[in-house]
Amino acid sequence: MADNEMYALHVNGTRHEVADAWIGESLLYVLRERLGLLGSKGACEQGECGSCSVLVDDELVCSCLVLAASAVGQAIVTIEGIAPHGAPSDVQRAFVECGAVQCGFCTPGLIMATHALLERTPQPTGSEIREELSGNICRCTGYGRIIEAVQRVAVWRSIEP
Amino acid sequence: MSVLIPATLAQALSALDDAPSSMVLAGGTDAMVEINGGHRRPDSVIAVGRLAELRTWTHDVISATLRIGAAVTYAELEADQFRRWVPALSQAARTVGSPQIRHAATLGGNVATCSPAGDGLPALSALDAIVHLVSITGQRSVPFAEFMVGPKRTSLRPGELIEAITVPVFAGWQGYAKVGVRNAMVISNAGACLAVDDEGGVRLALGSVGPTIIRCSQAEAFAATVVDHGQRAVSEADAVEFGRVAASEARPIDDHRSTADYRRHAIAVLSRRLLRRAFPNG
Repeated sequence: MADNEMYALHVNGTRHEVADAWIGESLLYVLRERLGLLGSKGACEQGECGSCSVLVDDELVCSCLVLAASAVGQAIVTIEGIAPHGAPSDVQRAFVECGAVQCGFCTPGLIMATHALLERTPQPTGSEIREELSGNICRCTGYGRIIEAVQRVAVWRSIEP
Repeated sequence: MSVLIPATLAQALSALDDAPSSMVLAGGTDAMVEINGGHRRPDSVIAVGRLAELRTWTHDVISATLRIGAAVTYAELEADQFRRWVPALSQAARTVGSPQIRHAATLGGNVATCSPAGDGLPALSALDAIVHLVSITGQRSVPFAEFMVGPKRTSLRPGELIEAITVPVFAGWQGYAKVGVRNAMVISNAGACLAVDDEGGVRLALGSVGPTIIRCSQAEAFAATVVDHGQRAVSEADAVEFGRVAASEARPIDDHRSTADYRRHAIAVLSRRLLRRAFPNG
């Protein structure tokens, strides 16, 4: 692929063509500015804050550190695709119920990270939650309510898997 | 700028031969920071992160070695099998960035960037890792100590890429410790890897305290005279002296992340602790 050559990305189960774009753009930039998917947030653009977390082939990554054109052929899931039927996911409900959302900027990244964590580790310990969410920075909550929300989802899923 | 996602290693090498100035992109966690910041605008990119040839590892029981493909990620290196084979490297893997970073970042990428603060590198130095390089004209294997020639400077030649890294699988204790401002998502201000080899030698390698990873030949020689392998013992006084010698071998600088004095102090503490973990009795 060369400069401004069209390529296609598979995002949330849909094929999206990316045309007239500079080939060096990050996946985050393409999601937001080319595809209009504004849920993933851009803050640090160096992988420090986690606000842009998405799944690429089921792995949680910072979309700001993925060269969009190198993700051709991979399955990308963003916050817009985490609850496909319009209703919030259990993780999203728990974040709301627990007051884990304040300004909301970090929330999409934390929701993605929590989904990824609970897929791998359905019943995480407190330290596992802290380690797995360590790449997502929240400057409002102090994290207590976020950790509580993760634990609440784990309980819900253990009762009703 | 062009982007190639090669299907095979041969295709990647051919493209690199055609355009030796291409950026070889693996996990992207270093490269994209430079591109996003406008510090680097490569004419062409060869994305090798999904190449099957670089995504494999082989544990050879007979030679007690582990060959790790360059595009194996740090998340993969955290897994149980690597924790058994190369505990120090696996431990170092867990300290790299965040889960998001570790899912993308590769061992080969860490070696290619070759920052003195690269968390995987002290383990590769302590283990006397071999870096396997490949180009369209052939292969060569270089000891890690000869591969890293300065801060972010390597002996990689145009047209070459890193195919794999081989490390020995030792039976003895090994570990990695680092100091930074957080437990997670932090670049090391000082780091140390200690490994006990199969001849009973104590090996110590330091990160973030010099232009390259530093092997502490004096501290290693001192350890040989004071540790008791049978009892897995060392005295506290000898462990403190080991740390002092290691700190004297460090060559730290003041920079925006820390000071030379603090780094030297941290090396003394980390080295003493690692030796005591390896030899907890006495």
